This record gives sequence, structure tokens and C-alpha cells, in this order.
Amino acid sequence: MTSFDASPSSAAQPEPDTRRLRMVRLLLPLLVLAAGVVLWELVVRLNNIPAYVLPGPGAVFRTLVQDWPVLSQSLLTTLLTTLEGFVAAGIGGIILAVLFNQSKWLEYSLFPYAVILQVTPVIAIAPLLLIYLPQQTAVVVCAWIVAFFPVLSNTTLGLNSVDRNLAGLFQLYGASRIQTLRYLKLPSALPFILAGLRIAGGLSLIGAVVAEIAAGSAGAGSGLAYRIAESGYRLNIPRMFAALLLLSAAGIVIYGLLALASHLMLRHWHESALGKEN
Amino acid sequence: MAGPAALSESAAAPAGAAVSLRGVTKVYDSGLLALGPLDLDVRSGEFVSLLGPSGCGKSTALRLIAGLKAPTSGSVGVSHHSGQARAGHSNGFAIGFVFQEPTLMPWTSVRENVRLPLKLAHASLAESDARVREALAQVGLTEFADAYPRELSGGMKMRVSLARALVTDPDILLMDEPFAALDEITRFRLNNDLLSVWRNLRKTVIFVTHSVFESVYLSQRVIVMTSRPGRLSTEIRIDTPEPRGEDFRTSAAYAAYCRMVSNALAPSYAGQSGS
Repeated sequence: MTSFDASPSSAAQPEPDTRRLRMVRLLLPLLVLAAGVVLWELVVRLNNIPAYVLPGPGAVFRTLVQDWPVLSQSLLTTLLTTLEGFVAAGIGGIILAVLFNQSKWLEYSLFPYAVILQVTPVIAIAPLLLIYLPQQTAVVVCAWIVAFFPVLSNTTLGLNSVDRNLAGLFQLYGASRIQTLRYLKLPSALPFILAGLRIAGGLSLIGAVVAEIAAGSAGAGSGLAYRIAESGYRLNIPRMFAALLLLSAAGIVIYGLLALASHLMLRHWHESALGKEN
Repeated sequence: MAGPAALSESAAAPAGAAVSLRGVTKVYDSGLLALGPLDLDVRSGEFVSLLGPSGCGKSTALRLIAGLKAPTSGSVGVSHHSGQARAGHSNGFAIGFVFQEPTLMPWTSVRENVRLPLKLAHASLAESDARVREALAQVGLTEFADAYPRELSGGMKMRVSLARALVTDPDILLMDEPFAALDEITRFRLNNDLLSVWRNLRKTVIFVTHSVFESVYLSQRVIVMTSRPGRLSTEIRIDTPEPRGEDFRTSAAYAAYCRMVSNALAPSYAGQSGS
């Protein structure tokens, strides 16, 4: 009965050409990086620039190794803040979006304030938060404020992008609200939610850093951003660069992990996670 | 056969009316009269096609019957044959709906797609397993239960959609141009498969199409609708010995019926420029 139909297409094997292309895409940025590092080192050496003005990559790397005990502690602090802000943003954004989806009244009442929270620069809110909240809480709240909006707006978009016919089907079979949410809306919103979370990951790091900088002058911080500010005051420029390097690396790792998680969750069905041939 | 007489007969007749529409109209929010007034009776076990130009409201009629939309005026009657056993369930258990697109959930397997109506009705896993297997067998997709929709061809996706409509063992099957997007060969095969499902299970089928050839090949009765607002224009019985097969498709009788239906349909297109 089915012989005339095409058999299911198996996952396409990467052709040699695509594999070479992937290698090129991996190698080119690395090449640019290497060239940049070499150029940087050359500029510093040839011009005899002192380390307190512009340290060469070698000096930065040495500082990174020497100061690792201090820097790793700070990295952990910042990562913890980022993680807390991210989790709060993820949970808060998704729950709020689901509530908005269930009740238009709630959406109309609260959505404008979510937008206001988003468009007000967090760097301007942070000092206020630091006055009213304990420092650690204030920093997490900053990370949350920056990161929750993309989750909220993407999830809202996803929940509203349900296939009309599928929605009709659920209606036909008398699905309850909870069933529709669980079996239809959330799964179809998943790619949107994951995209929102991917943005939120980077943003919660930014939020944490902004809050740490704002809190820096207030004292007791020990995150990476605080280290940067502190090293700046002490003209310890190599350490500033080392801390900055760690922040970038943290951002890249966060993005990579979230992209990987997203890929693993969508690889069976979503266009974004499928090969181009399919 | 259509008309008030059919309804009054239905109470006594062993095969009663499965669906009856009385003076049904549908006005869109824009104020446009899309459908009707429409009277329609479909006997239980009958295969009826609604044929008409695009936008004549035939899909709307189907959605009204399914209860997906409410009519602006008139009444929509759907009889629940094995109603007692299914009390408490919505129309969904008496009606299976096949959309123009396969309308599958891309995030889950064929098996779970077909299981959906049972899952929504809180059927036990053991019970639904058996029925899902049976429905997949009916459309010849047993081996593809674990595949994801994207791995299937257009025709196979449509079969999954059909299996999902059959899994609740509905009395009435509503099909909204289900094969319109398929290539001709696949469409012919699915036509034959649908006919064999219909012969075996004796569902009432209301089949919306804009293909003259398809409507004649499949139905016992072709109902030609006028352009907007959609009204009943003509109805033509296709009296031909069962079972139909590829022989019928090439027969003189088939060609004659197609000509008859085409002629009946022509006025519906009159005045439409560019069609």
C-alpha cells in the first residue's frame, strides 16, 4: 500500500564538500585570532609600549595564570550571579508569557510595564536597586531585568504562533486549556522559547557585569567586573585584560552551551536544527 | 434525496441522516455572506462530495458541521450513532476531520500524532496503543509509527492525518480538500485507499474538493455549490456498480459523469474573471 511512497529520508550524511566547508568555517576565525594576537604582540614590542598602557597578549596570559586564584574566584562569583539571573529570567519569562497567553486582561495590564522595564537602561536602574536591596540580590535582579524580556517576548510570540488547523483539531477533540497548553502551545513555542533563552544567556552575563560595576564603588563585590574596575583604579592593566578575557570566554561558553541544548532538543523536527538538504 | 423529505424519512430508515443542515448561513465578521442559506442531508454511510469554486464556502460548511464554527443562522444537526457509549465526549468522537494540510505535530512521532485524539480523551495507554496500531494499519503505515512527520512524503503525511481521524472510530469523516496538494499519482492511490477504507468501515464521508474528477470518482453524490455566497446549485448521483477501481476511472460512464458535473459547475464560475 505504501510502496509508491518515498521511504523516510535518513539523516543526510555530510558530503565531503560540506565537511570541508565546515573546517574552513572553523579555521578562518581561528586564523584571524592568531593573526590578531601576533599583530598585537608586534605592536607592543616594536613600539616598546609599557604594560600599564597596553600589555601584550603574553603579559595578559601570564597574568591570567599568576592571578588565577583571584580571577577564578571572581569568575565563579560572576557565573553564579549570571546563572541565578538566567534561571530567574527563564522561569519568570516563560511563566509570565503563559499567564499572558491565558488571560488577555493580565497581558493588557502588565505588558506595557515589561516593555518599560526593558527599555530603561539597566545601568541607570542598578544604583537604585543597590540602595534598596542587599547587594547580591540587587546584582541578580539586574541580571534578571536584562534577560527576562527576550524570554517573555519570544515565548509570547511562540505561544501565539500555533498552527491554526492544529488548534482547530484540539478544539474538535474537546481539549481542555491545560491540554492545549501542554500538548500544543508549549511544544510549538519551544523553538521560540529556546531562541529567547539563548539571547537571555548572554544578556544575563551583561546584566551581572553592569550591576557589579555599579556596585563596585559601593564595596564588597568580588565578581569579574568588580576586578576590572578595581584593577583599573590600580592601573593593573594586564589584570583588566585577563578579567575581560575570562568574561568573553564565559559569554562564549554560555552561548555555546545554550545553542547545543537547543540543537539537541530540536534536532528531530525543527527546521532550524536540520541539515539544509532536508 | 436532499430536501426536507430525507430528514423525515431518516427516523424510520435503517440508514438515517447522519448530518442535516437547515437554512444554515455564515456571515463573516466583515459582513460578507460566505455561505447559504444551505440545506443539506447526508445519509449515514453515504459518501458525499461538496464541489465548488475556491472561496464558495464549502470549507466553511465543513467547519460548521464539525462544530469548529457556529452558524450565523440555521441549524446544524449531527447524529451520534453510538452516542450512548460516547456520552460526555465532545463532537470529536463522532467526527473525524482531515484538513487540507496534513496538520501534524512536527515535534512528535507518527504514533503520537495518531494517538492525540485518544490522549485528549484520557484514554488509557493500553487501549490507545491497540487503536493506534489498528488505525495505522488501515492506512498502511504500520512500519512508520516511529518516524517523524518531516521524514515522510506528502502522501504519507496525509495518510497519518487520515489515521488520526480514524483512530476514534468516528461515525462521520469530514475531509477538506485533503489531497489537493498532492501529485496526481499519489492522489489516485489515496483516492483508492480512501474508497477501500470507506467500503470496509462504512463511515459517512463528506468530502470537499474543487476537482470534478475526484468528486465523481469517489462519491455516491456530488453536490455542486455556487460561488459566494455558497449555495446548493445542483446535485448529481453517481450510480455505478461497486466496488470502483481504476477501471472506473477510464470508463465511458466516468467521462460522462465528469462532463455532467463540469457542466453543472460552469455557472458557478460564470462572472468570475481570471478563473
